[in-house]
Amino acid sequence: MAQPEGLLYSKEHEWLKLDGDVGTVGITDYAQNSLGDIVFVELPRVGHQIKQHDSIGVIESVKSVSDLFSPIGGEVIEVNPALEADPAIVNRAAFGDGWLYKVRLKDPAEAKTLLGPAEYDALVAEAG
Amino acid sequence: MSDETLRRSALYDEHVALGARLVPFGGFEMPVQYAGILREHDAVRHRAGMFDLSHMAQFELRGEGVADWADGLTVNAVATMKLDQARYNIFTNERGGCRDDVLFYRLADRWLLVVNASNAGKMWAYLNEQLDRGGVRLDNLHGKRALIAVQGPEALDVVAPLCDLDVRAMRYYFCGEGRVDGAAAIVARTGYTGEDGFELFLDAEEAPRVWRTLLDAGREAGLEPAGLGARDMLRLEAGMPLYGFELSEELSPLAGGQAWAVKMSKPDFPGKAALASQLAGDDYDRIAGLVMEGRVPARSGYRVFSGDARVGEVRSAAVAPSYGNRNVATVLVPKEFAAVGTQLDVEIRGARHAARVAQLPFYKRSN
Repeated sequence: MAQPEGLLYSKEHEWLKLDGDVGTVGITDYAQNSLGDIVFVELPRVGHQIKQHDSIGVIESVKSVSDLFSPIGGEVIEVNPALEADPAIVNRAAFGDGWLYKVRLKDPAEAKTLLGPAEYDALVAEAG
Repeated sequence: MSDETLRRSALYDEHVALGARLVPFGGFEMPVQYAGILREHDAVRHRAGMFDLSHMAQFELRGEGVADWADGLTVNAVATMKLDQARYNIFTNERGGCRDDVLFYRLADRWLLVVNASNAGKMWAYLNEQLDRGGVRLDNLHGKRALIAVQGPEALDVVAPLCDLDVRAMRYYFCGEGRVDGAAAIVARTGYTGEDGFELFLDAEEAPRVWRTLLDAGREAGLEPAGLGARDMLRLEAGMPLYGFELSEELSPLAGGQAWAVKMSKPDFPGKAALASQLAGDDYDRIAGLVMEGRVPARSGYRVFSGDARVGEVRSAAVAPSYGNRNVATVLVPKEFAAVGTQLDVEIRGARHAARVAQLPFYKRSN
């Protein structure tokens, strides 16, 4: 399963799309598929300062509760407003309309520690 | 339990071929979902779903004394069951708690007893200890005979053409012996989903072929394989207890909301005095339905509060598509907090979330 190009990935199965000093964060298609039907997403508030790799929210599927980790540090500037009414968007479009939040990066160098598409693909292939 | 000790259902290869996600359940490796829990739930409520329940333990009882023997060990009436009737029942302990909740099926020459997979070993040992009470022989078919359930409004039309029994005339909670797709089977109009449907008990060797025949036969009607995840959601909506959650060795049939099944007019059964005392005092903690006011789901084990006082805990929980997609639960609370409409809070990750007690079941089929 090829992973979308142009994104960076964390080992916790989040993706990051960089646009200048703004990063958009979501969970990967592999993650949504592993979780199953998503019924609730709890995200950090706009204005909140988050650190890379911190547990910053929760994503709940029909059967499980999972922590959300931040692939990058900074200030939360937007959360996806559609997820409150319809969290299943994450299942339908994990890499698109199912994005979770946007962050203004504190230290863009942090992105260098993330995985590229091929590296993440290898991680997923190993996980089965 | 390590993976090596997990048993496989006779339908294991079918599940793998269908892309099921398999999990350990009751000592077996069983499908928790195929295409997705919500989709499978929808299939069962509106079309049909098919479940592998071969992990459940099937025991057979033979002998003149079965009815009286079983009546002495359980809360519901056994001897009054008619030929081909199925009946829910509970084996109790001396404290009035539940050893297991089960189904009895009265066949022409024997009885079928279906017990929970999680209690299979315990119940097999217990029943064997009781055999000196006379006139009963026990056979253990756990793992040797499969169980396929077809549930949903289309279940009858899927199953009927494959049976040599008149299942259209079969009443709810009745059964018969015959052939399904040529395989000898006990066909029962029972289930655990809140829908009409059938449970097919048949030899493990025959099960894969019958499973595939049913999938083919039901395709046009929208039949889909459904896993234990959907089953748990369906049974909770339908207000049916799950052993270990609404019933346990510590939770009596009364506490678990199954008073309807307790026949205090029976001469005796284990824990009868304890249940009489519970009934007289009416002060035991009990299971109630709960609906979350907001969108945050409750989970089993979460703490329940009334104001600042901790009053109980969540036992089972699910999102309920058949109840407006609300987050529902069962909770164990004292009587004064169990009345419908009572406002309670559930503690979720350190914060209190409003909920109210609701009437069980959350879902009742209209036909």
